[in-house]
Amino acid sequence: MADYRWPPADKRSLIGHRISRSDGPWKSSGRAKYSYDVNRPGMLHAKMVLSPYAHAKVVSIDTSAAEAMPGVKAVEIMTEPGKEVLWAGHEMAAVAAETEEQARDAARRVQIRYEKLPHLVSDVEPEKAGKHTVQLSEEADGNPDQALQEAEVVSEGQYGTSVITHCCLESHGGVAEWDGDNLTLYVSTQNLSGIPAEMAQANVVNSADQVRVLMPVMGGGFGSKFAADTWGVACARLAKKIGRPVKMMLERDQELMVAGARPSMYAKVRVGAKRDGTLAGWSSESWGTGGPDAAGGAPNLPYVLRIPDRRVRHTAVLTNMGPARPWRAPNNPQMCLITMSALEDLAAKIGMDPLEMFLRNIQLTGPLAKTYQEELEKAAQLMDWQKKWHPRGDKTPGPIKRGLGVSIHTWGGAGHPSNCNCTIQPDGSVEVSLGSQDLGTGTRTVIGIVAAETCGLPLEAVKVNIGDTKYPPDGASGGSSTVGGVSSSTRRATTKALNQLFEKVAPSLGAKPDDLEAVGGQIRVKSNPSNAIPWKQACAKLGTMPITAAGQRQPGNDNLLSSGVGGAQMAEVSVDVETGIVHVDKLVAVQDCGLIIDLKTAESQVYGACIMGISYSLFEEKIMDEQTGRCLNADMEFYKLAGIGDFGDITVHMMTGPGYDERGVIGLGEPPVISPGAAISNAVANAIGVRVPTLPLTPAKVLAALEKGGAA
Amino acid sequence: MTSKDDPKNSECSPEDAKQSRRGLGRREFVKLVGGTGVAVTAEVFGGQKLASGATPLRQALSAGKVVGPGAVPMTLHVNGEVKKLTIEPRVTLLDALRNYLDLTGAKKVCDRGTCGSCTVIINGKAVYSCNVLAIEVAEYDGHPGADIHTIEGLTSQGKLHPISASFVNNDAQQCGFCTPGFVMACKAFLDKHHDPTVEQVKEALGGNLCRCGTYMGLRNAVVEAAMKMKGGHG
Repeated sequence: MADYRWPPADKRSLIGHRISRSDGPWKSSGRAKYSYDVNRPGMLHAKMVLSPYAHAKVVSIDTSAAEAMPGVKAVEIMTEPGKEVLWAGHEMAAVAAETEEQARDAARRVQIRYEKLPHLVSDVEPEKAGKHTVQLSEEADGNPDQALQEAEVVSEGQYGTSVITHCCLESHGGVAEWDGDNLTLYVSTQNLSGIPAEMAQANVVNSADQVRVLMPVMGGGFGSKFAADTWGVACARLAKKIGRPVKMMLERDQELMVAGARPSMYAKVRVGAKRDGTLAGWSSESWGTGGPDAAGGAPNLPYVLRIPDRRVRHTAVLTNMGPARPWRAPNNPQMCLITMSALEDLAAKIGMDPLEMFLRNIQLTGPLAKTYQEELEKAAQLMDWQKKWHPRGDKTPGPIKRGLGVSIHTWGGAGHPSNCNCTIQPDGSVEVSLGSQDLGTGTRTVIGIVAAETCGLPLEAVKVNIGDTKYPPDGASGGSSTVGGVSSSTRRATTKALNQLFEKVAPSLGAKPDDLEAVGGQIRVKSNPSNAIPWKQACAKLGTMPITAAGQRQPGNDNLLSSGVGGAQMAEVSVDVETGIVHVDKLVAVQDCGLIIDLKTAESQVYGACIMGISYSLFEEKIMDEQTGRCLNADMEFYKLAGIGDFGDITVHMMTGPGYDERGVIGLGEPPVISPGAAISNAVANAIGVRVPTLPLTPAKVLAALEKGGAA
Repeated sequence: MTSKDDPKNSECSPEDAKQSRRGLGRREFVKLVGGTGVAVTAEVFGGQKLASGATPLRQALSAGKVVGPGAVPMTLHVNGEVKKLTIEPRVTLLDALRNYLDLTGAKKVCDRGTCGSCTVIINGKAVYSCNVLAIEVAEYDGHPGADIHTIEGLTSQGKLHPISASFVNNDAQQCGFCTPGFVMACKAFLDKHHDPTVEQVKEALGGNLCRCGTYMGLRNAVVEAAMKMKGGHG
């Protein structure tokens, strides 16, 4: 019988190799059809009207002028009079018309009267936010006061990072099409299997089984696309009202205003150590905004390095900046920045290499201490840290100052619930079906690799069906949980189907099913590999009846996957102290994630995370106007993303082999995006001799920090 | 890519900057003017360098013709095919391709000439199709239209273009939404630069943005594609 456990390294023909993503040709030739690309016969276009005010009460909505506009078919009110809007960009109404241009024209004619209310759109310190605060946590371990009193060196600082947005290139939205009581949705989502229940709950349909969701590819989510959202509901209602398919995608300004923001986080930190760098005592008062409620929750500080004596307090500042959504590794990049910055400042105060300080305290990282040690040593080698590092403040003459920074991070990443059906046909074709989705992480490719490896076939021989709710339900793709879930269910389903095939084939090989294996396009006897039958001939023995088998990610502990990774990153920067411009010359990322299924797409995840990290470290910030309460940069000129020329080199090293592979599959989407902010901020401090307290590290902030007291 | 080839530059004139400061982008302005059916003077298009100086539309306008606001017939030359359309003059080339011709390879992302996801090739130059009105590049009133190439025209007889293949080899794509724009920008660049350095690649593709962060793969993909195309596979 085939064993569902992962094959040992010497038996893997696909798993762990560098394999090109299977939907790559489809995407790079422009043939991949995203939700935004779906054009259905007779389809109408819809556009939303958003609130211009950050805080207001809706007095009245008059849609008559909009309804009288050319081409308009229906208007749907999304927020009824009497309700309060809590951010500029709140969804008010949607208009469907024959053309996109007509829908946009008509949306401008929806007349809404508001009663303006006072707003707060600045994530100020809690003491300045008046009643707009909620204290989310206050806890203490050990005796932090005594520890900090007895510490030989204490460093104090303030650190933080502003609200940033997700800025998915494919905006939120989709197409809704009805056939009687049945609804088909083409929606850009990270949670295909969850959409039918969402539609039933919103009373769009009578029961969830009336909804089918289709999404072969999607243009980025990063944590912001777990639901069809109010606009998905409005789109379905408009389509029902009119009896024609309706497409409604958010416009770019809407996308940036309402469809995804990462909470800000700031902290005042005191941290102490002995002169030899042994950490002793942590105290932090942190705050941040996740919009009108306390979205995001409280951080768990300090991050990774668990200083035993600590006191922490976190306060959420309730603002009208717009709603928050989970952003890749929720809270972790912020906690990492605050912690690693404070530790680097402390190391600088002692006059110690921060790498040495991290290594001295490595046991505070807990069970992954050995992993962190190996990763830091590997990163140091790839960065040439020992040779390049200098004490704080680059003393070389000239305006360009160079510096190095280091950071470590952690993430869970266990697999989400997952179901897979595997079918083997008498003609030899193999199909695996899951109601999962590929966000661009390579999920489709990973599923194919696992199924093909199991059957001893090339990747092209396996058909992977995902992106359709007619397939078995699968979990939401969030928190780096997809690869663990789908790998397990696919491996189990395919192994079960293969074992049924072995039963049919065994007699013709004069062997027991237990003695067979599927390798290199053949089914053969393990003890006598020359006694073999080609895959197609083996499957022909099924007669007319295909085999099908179901596999499920085991609830609770599943020995094909696990949770908990480390990761170390180092940044090298150049800072022009005359202009304040920061350039990331090199970023080194060393990452573990258990057993890697596809090394090529795994490395891409890390490269991509590093670049996203450079982007939020240097450029990204949702800027609000305190006077009007509106977002000032809800576009892509002034909400800046890093471009191809905005950084130097990136080196990625994946930890694999003994000690790593046997942990099973662990997700990778979140961990590498956590450290760049901290590593880059630390490198800038090392270069210019003074901390730039908050991200993004804009020229203005760099110059302000230098003016306040830089060594450069 | 020289600065003249940069699609961003064709969009930015001093007039534009002035309009932006007033909170009205050039294209929005053109759309509004088109929408009210005013006979615009040729000066409005003064900043437009993408097509030859005398576009059919400009000639029509300078002859005092009123275009729009309703739908008007026009013909686009896309991927060597003649496409007849009746659309409003304010419809962008991007929307014409996507909404009226079902050519959805070019993506709508920023819709105002920043991100490059909508890049197509017009008369040999990479152009942001969200920043061009379809009518500006259409065959109109007896005048020939521009030669428009979209990513759909790149794959011949089902065979992947060497650029697309290099993107696959180097995993220069994740979600893939920016990818068609990058492929077309890359095509326009490599058609003129057969032996690019990485520094040139960084500059040439600086007008396109990716959110997943595929730039490392992209840098390698462009260099690999250049080598393949030089070898006569393009």
